[in-house]
Amino acid sequence: MLFGILVNEGPYQHQASDSAYLFAKAAIEEGHKIFRVFFYHDGVNNGTRLATPPQDDRHIPNRWSELAKEHEIDLVLCVAAAQRRGMVDPDEMKRNKKDADNIAEKFRISGLGQLIEAGVQAERLITFGD
Amino acid sequence: MLHTVNKSPFEKNSLETCLRLIDESSSILLIEDGVYGALKNTSVSDSVINAQKTTKIYVLGPDLKARGLDKSSLISNIEIIDYKGFVNLTIENEKIQNWL
Repeated sequence: MLFGILVNEGPYQHQASDSAYLFAKAAIEEGHKIFRVFFYHDGVNNGTRLATPPQDDRHIPNRWSELAKEHEIDLVLCVAAAQRRGMVDPDEMKRNKKDADNIAEKFRISGLGQLIEAGVQAERLITFGD
Repeated sequence: MLHTVNKSPFEKNSLETCLRLIDESSSILLIEDGVYGALKNTSVSDSVINAQKTTKIYVLGPDLKARGLDKSSLISNIEIIDYKGFVNLTIENEKIQNWL
């Protein structure tokens, strides 16, 4: 079965990022596919490559990147939510004349249409948030 | 229809709202702080027991364990499932309502 996942809450804040990740991992282990994970609101903070959590803690952004690399998952940050929170990819850096980008591997920035498409294409859309 | 509730009923009224809207085709899965809604002898346990007459109620085991709780603290007939069980519930139910 094809799944879409919506994450509305930042990493290390309550449990939404962890629940979403563990759900995605379990679905893959059961032989299902994740069409896309869409990060909205504070959820866009899951996509920073500048995070350095303590070594004995889980690295939430890297964990998403690795899962996406292994299983071809599209990780999308909402552009409006990303702009407000300073999440920048190389294109956005140029467009908004910033001096750096900070997006983690396998994440990309796009519009809300990608969430609608995930709702249409996937057979189930599961929301994690706060 | 599968309903997931992720808030403690002592913090927010999402479980109460969910219980008001369910019917015999519903299942409820308690996750994250929502697992507190599965405890026996609380101010909400009567409403949960009443909902069990029509609706199957599940609780996510890893979230229960993370809070130092186990089967002995739960209302009877609430089924403990793992993430694999969570995935299967989302497949069995064509529609999903995630109460946040």
